[in-house]
Amino acid sequence: MGSEFSLLPEQASTIAAHVDALYYFLISVSLFFAALIFFLVIYFAAKYRRRSENEQPPPIHEDLRLELVWTLIPLGLAMVMFAWGANLYFRLSRPPADAMDLYVVGKQWMWKVQHPEGQREINELHVPVGQPIKLTMTSEDVIHSFFIPAFRIKMDVVPGRYTTTWFEATKTGEFHLFCTEYCGTRHSQMIGRVVVMAPVQYEQWLRNGNGAPGPSGEAPEVAGARLFQEQRCATCHGANLGGVVLGPALDGLLGRPVKLQNGETVIADESYIRESILNPTAKITAGYQSLMPTYQGQINEEGLFHLIAYIRSLTKTGEKAAETRAEQ
Amino acid sequence: MSTAAVAGQDQLATPVAPREHYLNVDYGVKSWLFTTDHKRIALLYLASITLFFFLGGFFAVLIRLELMTPPGDLVQSETYNKLFTLHGLIMIFFFLIPSIPAVLGNFLVPMMIGARDLAFPRLNLLSWYIYMLGGLFTLFVAVFGGVDTGWTFYTPYSTTYANSNVMLTAVGVFITGFSSILTGLNFVVTIHTMRAPGLTWFRLPLFLWAHYATSLILILGTPVLAITIVLVALERGLRIGIFDPALGGDPVLFQHLFWFYSHPAVYIMILPAMGVISELVTCFSRKRIFGYGFIASASVAIAILGFLVWGHHMFVSSQSVYAGLVFSILSFLVAIPSAIKVFNWTATLYKGSVSYQTPMLYAFGFIGLFTTGGLTGLFLASLGLDVHVHDTYFVVAHFHYIMVGGAIMGYLGGLHFWWPKMTGRMYPEGWARLAALVIFIGFNLTFFPQFLLGYLGMPRRYHMYPPEFQILNVMSSAGASILGVGYLVPMVYFVWSLRYGAVASANPWQAKGLEWQTSSPPPTENFARTPIVREEAYAYSPLGVKVV
Repeated sequence: MGSEFSLLPEQASTIAAHVDALYYFLISVSLFFAALIFFLVIYFAAKYRRRSENEQPPPIHEDLRLELVWTLIPLGLAMVMFAWGANLYFRLSRPPADAMDLYVVGKQWMWKVQHPEGQREINELHVPVGQPIKLTMTSEDVIHSFFIPAFRIKMDVVPGRYTTTWFEATKTGEFHLFCTEYCGTRHSQMIGRVVVMAPVQYEQWLRNGNGAPGPSGEAPEVAGARLFQEQRCATCHGANLGGVVLGPALDGLLGRPVKLQNGETVIADESYIRESILNPTAKITAGYQSLMPTYQGQINEEGLFHLIAYIRSLTKTGEKAAETRAEQ
Repeated sequence: MSTAAVAGQDQLATPVAPREHYLNVDYGVKSWLFTTDHKRIALLYLASITLFFFLGGFFAVLIRLELMTPPGDLVQSETYNKLFTLHGLIMIFFFLIPSIPAVLGNFLVPMMIGARDLAFPRLNLLSWYIYMLGGLFTLFVAVFGGVDTGWTFYTPYSTTYANSNVMLTAVGVFITGFSSILTGLNFVVTIHTMRAPGLTWFRLPLFLWAHYATSLILILGTPVLAITIVLVALERGLRIGIFDPALGGDPVLFQHLFWFYSHPAVYIMILPAMGVISELVTCFSRKRIFGYGFIASASVAIAILGFLVWGHHMFVSSQSVYAGLVFSILSFLVAIPSAIKVFNWTATLYKGSVSYQTPMLYAFGFIGLFTTGGLTGLFLASLGLDVHVHDTYFVVAHFHYIMVGGAIMGYLGGLHFWWPKMTGRMYPEGWARLAALVIFIGFNLTFFPQFLLGYLGMPRRYHMYPPEFQILNVMSSAGASILGVGYLVPMVYFVWSLRYGAVASANPWQAKGLEWQTSSPPPTENFARTPIVREEAYAYSPLGVKVV
């Protein structure tokens, strides 16, 4: 890998080569048609150039077969491009089940990253190579966009909702992180560094706390549990009690279908939990009443991530309990 | 044979300007400011949009100067953000959208159908005043403080966080929209009701089909922009929650509304240019257009499909994956009518009598640059690939190939073609060919490197950038300086020609089309007698004669 001038960014994720393959296909098709048009225009212009002022060209002005040919062939090729691009898009939108969860908050003008073990960093993202990473992202102010060219991924980071993307780095090294949605004065300085490390080094980095550890350096689910107590969520949601009368049980909730009062069924993903905290009356679980007050303005985006991490940890313990029960 | 001889004689004789025409009926300032003559209004528009073009171009020059080096050293970030915002706003709303329709369309729509004027001459004048009022707001903003939201006004930045003149700018764009609507209405009614006897729909020059399709977009799309701007103003001014999630709004809703207008707006800019190209290619190859029906229906198909593809601006916006699929396939479909047009123009050259006067050079340039711009649009319609290139310089390159390479080449080609008709004078051919060449080279040097920059990952709207992007940025800036010179040259010789240019004959290109059957410049009433149309558009080949 020299530092020589290149026309492609480095390929450093599992998806990068696939995106580049589609890029090459499109370049080939484009070059073919551009060359065809340029050649014909230049050839006709030269061959049929006006030789005398009184020329009378023959009346050639329609041919249905030709029209069909140059309608249907481009149409067919366009559909191949569509299917290829759509297939990639689906892969980009579906993180693998074993992906590691990282949380990203964008704000004017910095990126804040929360690791599952409690590590926090700003404008840097340390990840292990060969491990799928799922990013759940939101913004504290305006719309940003999270872009790592070497990984060929990009996703807008939108206030008021969660967006997700994922990648699996294939080589160690440092790569650019850019904000690609114009977000105000220092938009072009909302950049960062992605550091891909061998798993051993990543473990070491986590232990050494080379990043910028949080106030207590505690894991997000621990911070979430604390917040859960502080906000007295347990009064209604009774953490490990398996659900009391006032509010639905939360253990094992994340990722499960929930039946709502209005008959709909939704999957209880991160966005659902976020919405249920900030705007509890939007989706009421069947069998419960609309008693919960809003926590809008009382819990910030990072706090919400912590609560979700806490609920996720309940899911894991719930699963473990179910497994041990099944084994017995 | 006899017609050819007459045409030859016509060329040999030294053309004499008509004694009275629309330009010399009256010289007073009032005769211009209160004119209802569509031709004079076209010239009012020409002067105003030229002013805005050079203003928008001036901002582009500053942008390219800043981007010569990776750090921000010429201006501050805040200023840079205002520069690209004003560049976009002015070029789109005050130059490109009115360019061909309001100048060439205003001048030619009545002439091409053999009418005396547009259906509503006073509304036509009103549209210019509305445009100027909106323009004054924008000029005011440009001079006092600026605006930094990008021309796209994305929320909640524009409604809650921006500290610049968002409201004044919004008012300017809101007002100017009504001039578009009036122009569109005028064209639709005129084309429906005022065609000369014998001028059936399928005998209309393709310039008119393109303007008809454009007018439909202007009428149906612009009100949505106006509504969106009102909503932004309500949120910014009165804190009514529509887009800002902190107020209970949805920021992505804004993008849906904005692109519902602003994607069709791209076709407002390119369709009229396509209409111009159909006129140029036929005239300078002395051929009937190949596939008239296909090109005409392609214009209408683009206008309709263009309303259904706005979501391709939002593939990474958190819109649903399935919405992405639908918008992607529709975007591929809208590419097909454009491809059909390019193939038909090319086929028109076949066995033609091709000459290389300046307008035709612009037509060749248009075909090349529009083809490149269109093909790179396919990259952006491909979902998985768009994720990578979205909001990078790849997009900037793509839309400049369409809007500058396409729309401005078409506009300049048309301006050269109809200049003798509009002014009664010929432009200097040698200088004009040279300028066309300089513009073509400068354009490609400016914008081709930006495709590469985009795929490498350079985001758009970046004041500073990592050093490895510098080589391509320097190339782009160098190209821009050539392009800038290329645009100044026509400005100079057009003005020069008004006094010193050779006097134009009624039909210097021996073109078909009703506008060439009256004197250059035409009388105020356009035609001494209402013409009667007895043949198809572009009847360059003596079709009827040959068969008998």
